[in-house]
Amino acid sequence: MNAAPGRFAVTLRDLERRFGDFVAVNRISLDVRQGEIFGFLGPNGAGKSTTIRMLCGLLEPSGGQGTVAGLDIRTQREEIKRSIGYMSQKFSLYDDLTVEENIDFFSGIYRVSKEKKAERKTWVLDMAHLQEHRRTLTGLLPGGWKQRLSLGCALLHEPRVLFLDEPTSGVDPLSRRSFWDLIYQLAGEGVTVFVTTHYMEEAEYCDRLGLIYRGELVALGTPGEMKGGLMTDQVLRVSCDRSHEALGVAATVDGVRDAALFGRDIHLMTEDAEALAPRLRQALEAAGFQVGAVERITPSLEDVFVSLIEARDRADGAQKEFKA
Amino acid sequence: MFERLYHMLVKEFIQVLRNPRMRAVLFVMPVAQIIIIGYAVNTDVRHVPMAVYDLDRTPATRDLIARFEGSGCFDVVRRITSEPGIQKVLDSGEAKAVLRLNRGFAEALSGGGTAQAQFLLDGSDSNTASVALTYAARISGDFNRSLLEQRFARSAGVRLDAEPVTLATRAWFNANLDSRNYFVPGVLAMLVAVLSIILSSMSIVREREVGTMEQIMVTPIGRLEFILGKTIPFAVIGFADVALIALITVFWFKVPMLGFPPVLFLGTGLYLLSTLGVGLFISTVSSTQQQAMMTAFFFMLPAFMLSGFVYPIANMPKVVQLLTYLNPLRYYLVIIRGVFLKGLGLEVLWPQMLALTALGTLMLLLAAGRFRKTMG
Repeated sequence: MNAAPGRFAVTLRDLERRFGDFVAVNRISLDVRQGEIFGFLGPNGAGKSTTIRMLCGLLEPSGGQGTVAGLDIRTQREEIKRSIGYMSQKFSLYDDLTVEENIDFFSGIYRVSKEKKAERKTWVLDMAHLQEHRRTLTGLLPGGWKQRLSLGCALLHEPRVLFLDEPTSGVDPLSRRSFWDLIYQLAGEGVTVFVTTHYMEEAEYCDRLGLIYRGELVALGTPGEMKGGLMTDQVLRVSCDRSHEALGVAATVDGVRDAALFGRDIHLMTEDAEALAPRLRQALEAAGFQVGAVERITPSLEDVFVSLIEARDRADGAQKEFKA
Repeated sequence: MFERLYHMLVKEFIQVLRNPRMRAVLFVMPVAQIIIIGYAVNTDVRHVPMAVYDLDRTPATRDLIARFEGSGCFDVVRRITSEPGIQKVLDSGEAKAVLRLNRGFAEALSGGGTAQAQFLLDGSDSNTASVALTYAARISGDFNRSLLEQRFARSAGVRLDAEPVTLATRAWFNANLDSRNYFVPGVLAMLVAVLSIILSSMSIVREREVGTMEQIMVTPIGRLEFILGKTIPFAVIGFADVALIALITVFWFKVPMLGFPPVLFLGTGLYLLSTLGVGLFISTVSSTQQQAMMTAFFFMLPAFMLSGFVYPIANMPKVVQLLTYLNPLRYYLVIIRGVFLKGLGLEVLWPQMLALTALGTLMLLLAAGRFRKTMG
């Protein structure tokens, strides 16, 4: 291991996981600094959950190495479990226990010391705004509340590294927002947060991002770096009427790599936006569309990821298309 | 170790006892079942419905019929008056036996000769038929003896009262040969097996299905802590149920309790070790609750059949007999019947206790070994 484990909460070198012939995670290497919010992005089935499960000691790697909180993910799985918190996309507390009983159970399992137990419980109840609902059956709570309680239970033992596997899927935007406020607060206290998501606006909240696609790490950097340097394509925004129909026409114009609908606008990927703009306007007007603005824009993260993934697909060739 | 185990136990007990339906399954159902099944399990053959086709209609035939009726084994439900009537009552099941006495029955007897009586049986229920046949043979034997006595007395003027050999029978342990005394303790063993195997086979796989397992697996809880946490609550509930059912067996069904109850409780503990071990093993190899339920049933049916609960193990083919040595129910039945009916203690039952200990430990270790804190 060449990275000093002291400075990094997570280090991965050529981490690999196969299920039979299928390579779910293909030689991933990355480092996550302590206190960082690291976002792990990728479409469903890309290998996000498989990676996070290997980091939490739930799944054995097929190859490569890794450390979490300075502990080896192959040989020190049980030690790792003591120093991490984990919360998955699926709500996984006991529905038939009350809020308080769930907290007591997990603080017992994590052996939170007697003196700290009451204090941690109060902290979780306050954090999750569940003081008045401590005796409510957990199964009766709304989704966002359950999510906060899950997070609280994962934090009872004050872990140094927190793994969140799509923590906000199925949660309303307001709850998602307050959930992220909590994540910021934790990171401020020095907790490393490793989070997977497929919400692009959540990706913007992260300090650094890794994009995983078909088991491979496609890109790594801060959101700013991603939007600036990583993309070779330029993005052209076109507003016109009947954009849904216009999309088909625009995609066939020479020089257009990819076309996608963004609300009522069309976003086009191209190597040279300046050259394409007049030709595109012409083509669309010739087809009878009323064209408004055609302008080059700073790509959003979503543009970046779509472009990176398309580029990877082109590189891999069409024969692997079905394998995602 | 103990702190985590303690919290596992608290959680398991809350989960099991909070649900009212679960409470009913655990404590009401066994009571209802022992009462219902307790009345049903009875292989005693009494009051066999019988029809009579008496063509002679003499004091001699009436005497014989009266002996059948007076025995308590047969109830004369119909007097047949024509030949096809015999077929009819047997077909319809109205009678299980028909006694046919031909014309000339009394004449043959008074002439000192042999009279024929025909006894027809519905053999489809072979057990009842063979018992009924034994009763019928005894009744006709008694009838013969009294006839012979009369003849001797008449011809020789001598009273014949001593038989060369008399068999003095006395059934030990179950003086009235009451089959209920034999079967009700067996029902107890079965109910406990059903309860403990089904509950434990659902326990781990349920957590896997609802997703709480994943959360448990990222905690530092030990395998043994988890398995014990799953076993102990069901063991405690199993004991409570055995106590409850045993009380009903003794006070409601009046099955004698000749032995020392703690011996029964020791046996129960060892028995629960193996049934819970089997259940947990099923739970660790199943991926859905439905699968676990099916597997549990596939285990239980042969376990009941090959336990000696109804069909004696001694009558089974050798290979099948060997198979029964792996069946915990087999040993527990010996223990429970031994303690209830024979008053046996450890000095006799230790081999069964030992076998249950070995089976139980093996199954629990197997379950703990199968249980991994990793997925995939």
